[in-house]
Amino acid sequence: MKRWLPLILFLVLVGFFAKGLFLNPREVPSPLIGRAAPAFTLPLVGDPARTFSPADMKGRVWLLNVWAPWCVSCRQEHPVLMQIAASGRVPIVGLNWKDKDREAQALLAQRGSPYVAVPDDVSGKVGIDYGVTGTPETYVIDRQGIIRMKHIGPIGPEVWKDKFEPKLKELGA
Amino acid sequence: MIPEIGHFALIVALLVALTQAILPLWGAQTGNARLIAVARPAAQGQFVFVAIAFGCLAWSFLQNDFSVENVAKNSYSQLPPMYRFTAAWGSHEGSMLLWTLILAFWTTAVSVFSRHLPDDMVARVIGIMGLISIGFLGFLLTTSNPFLRLIPAAPEGNDLNPLLQDPGMVFHPPTLYMGYVGFSVAFAFAIAALLSGKLDAAWARWSRPWTTVAWAFLTTGITMGSWWAYNELGWGGWWFWDPTENASFMPWLAGTALIHSLAVTEKRGAFKAWTVLLALIAFSLSLLGTFLVRSGVLSSVHAFATDPARGAFILGFLAIVIGGSLALFAWRAPRMLTGGRFAWFSREAFLLANNVILLAALGSVLLGTLYPLLMDALGLGKISVGPPYFNSVFVPVMAPALFLLGIGPLTRWKGDSLPDIARRLKWAFAVAVASALLLPLVVAGFKPWASIGVFFAVWIAAGVVVGLRERIRNQRGALVARLAALPRGYWGMQMAHLGLAIGVAGIAIVANYQSERDVRMNVNDHAELAGYTFTFRGHSEYDGPNYRAAKGIVEVSRNGKKLFTLYPEKRIYNASGMAMTEAAIHPDLWRDVYVAMGEPIDDKGAWIIRLFHKPLVNWLWIGGLLMAAGGFMAASDRRYRIALREARAKGAALAGAAA
Repeated sequence: MKRWLPLILFLVLVGFFAKGLFLNPREVPSPLIGRAAPAFTLPLVGDPARTFSPADMKGRVWLLNVWAPWCVSCRQEHPVLMQIAASGRVPIVGLNWKDKDREAQALLAQRGSPYVAVPDDVSGKVGIDYGVTGTPETYVIDRQGIIRMKHIGPIGPEVWKDKFEPKLKELGA
Repeated sequence: MIPEIGHFALIVALLVALTQAILPLWGAQTGNARLIAVARPAAQGQFVFVAIAFGCLAWSFLQNDFSVENVAKNSYSQLPPMYRFTAAWGSHEGSMLLWTLILAFWTTAVSVFSRHLPDDMVARVIGIMGLISIGFLGFLLTTSNPFLRLIPAAPEGNDLNPLLQDPGMVFHPPTLYMGYVGFSVAFAFAIAALLSGKLDAAWARWSRPWTTVAWAFLTTGITMGSWWAYNELGWGGWWFWDPTENASFMPWLAGTALIHSLAVTEKRGAFKAWTVLLALIAFSLSLLGTFLVRSGVLSSVHAFATDPARGAFILGFLAIVIGGSLALFAWRAPRMLTGGRFAWFSREAFLLANNVILLAALGSVLLGTLYPLLMDALGLGKISVGPPYFNSVFVPVMAPALFLLGIGPLTRWKGDSLPDIARRLKWAFAVAVASALLLPLVVAGFKPWASIGVFFAVWIAAGVVVGLRERIRNQRGALVARLAALPRGYWGMQMAHLGLAIGVAGIAIVANYQSERDVRMNVNDHAELAGYTFTFRGHSEYDGPNYRAAKGIVEVSRNGKKLFTLYPEKRIYNASGMAMTEAAIHPDLWRDVYVAMGEPIDDKGAWIIRLFHKPLVNWLWIGGLLMAAGGFMAASDRRYRIALREARAKGAALAGAAA
């Protein structure tokens, strides 16, 4: 029996690894869930005279998508966001995070913008208030301005169907 | 065109690897000499094609071919050529190709340096290494193709991660991979022995130099990685217990246990089953490390988006290779008869203790690394395990090994007398105790762990001296001649042990007596640390090839006398917008003075400056490199060279007879 022990231990480990593949170690529960979305006022990309503030969205369920032109995974989720925007299901605000080279405007002009507004967080300070650990991250914010959900990583069609849709239904959007 | 040639070469390499695995293994099992003869040319052919593929990738990077997705994501036109070349292994795909290339290199090395071995054994070894190659080539071609085109081509690349733009990155990954891929040779020898059923001491003798060389490479790679982190991360730390570091440290612990137990199996025929198991474990941990780092199951500083398909592929491969080899082990284990009886106080007993302790330490690292994953999988919450766990578990587990290391090399095989050893080592013990007691008088303050560390370091070093003295006492001639006459295997062991002693001394002192300050400094402000006075003279800005930098000027003086000026930098990389800290270090044998730029505070040129004083920190890397040098020294021992020369002479004689 003793000689089979290494194999048995290894197989137990494989079981854990297989489970682990479907978990996301970065998905740390956000302490902001259930709290009011931190307030900010930032100029808009392409139109710095106008500003955006979460208070502008009061009374609507909306998504705050943290992205950056230099972020490869953001490009991956871009087509999905475009579809969501085209369906008119929910408005998306795209927080342009740490875009030091000012590339957001050109990129959105070229690929299309899924956003109703693109506030410009060039210093990354608003990102810190929201506990952003990397891009992309997406927050679901309800009619009262309370953060209801946070998703880390790109939104694929499955993530959208399994994670966002039920939450949006629950919030009546 | 060039990337397509690379892609095609990978496909050909996969086909050659299939041939290399299937025909020789089948031939060895059925005793078919013609199939056995396929092994060597196939191994060499596979190496040629993987090398072509790697060359094509490196060429695409050097030519800034941004129509290749991998190049566009990981390079930049203004990147200096040296880093464009190293960017070839800076990405996931490229580093897997390097892995495969190094595996093919080791296989080719086996095919060249194995003429003194029976052909069927060599065929099995090469065939098994071919099986591993199939897995990695398949992985590259199906989920991680480095040659995928990007249409339309990107006008500019995303740049190589600035952390990797460091001279250390030129050598660190290749040496590290040489190490843990090198354990595949010992693994293949062990499997070949299990397959053939010839589980005597011969396989241990054959695989021993290979294992030692791989271990020496791994030691070099880990040492350089630690040095890189110290220089590049700007926190003054040299080991973080990050999962990626643990992924290379676990095979090192298993490999260290393996080279010791191989000695017992070769010399005394004992620990046979145990040594086979260790050879399987060492390489399994290399594969496991690859899985942990590449699949994204653990959170590490590396890569943001990970592809679950890759994780699933490696996990499947892992299950087949490790599961299969452990099953084979369980099936064949009863054939391994234990040989060579020994007393409780003997060289064998000490090496057994070494193995038990190293494996316990390995277990503690493995548990700490996997614990977050296990808890998460069981739904018990998200936790992270950090340095406090590792330091408080790993250090006490390893401490007894350091004590036994002072004694083990002096004992005789089979059995020795305890009072006799005590008499031979009493001076070494006295010197070690005295050093530990004197330490608080030399440096400020008594720290128990520092004194314990110094005791172990001096104890091991004194043991090395006693060993050398006893070895040459009864020889005649000049001292240098007598020392030079000692076999390289013996020298290698003593160098490695002395390297460990030096490293332990460095760790004990730097961990307990280092000091650091984060200070806000206006221009011309002074700050004091460890007797040094630091004066901030402001900063200047300049443009690097692919970044903009703020370069601080910090003058360091002591007792009013100016010693030197340091220029730490804060860089912002153009393409990624990432900020990097380039620490400025004034090194010497006894201490490093280390200065890093924090953040700018206001428009008047004030900065947060981080100051560090690191006593004996360089001993760590000197010790690590000495250990590695010991490994290379031992592997170049005369008996291995003689075996080779005899094989060559035999080959030449056969060729002569044929002509």
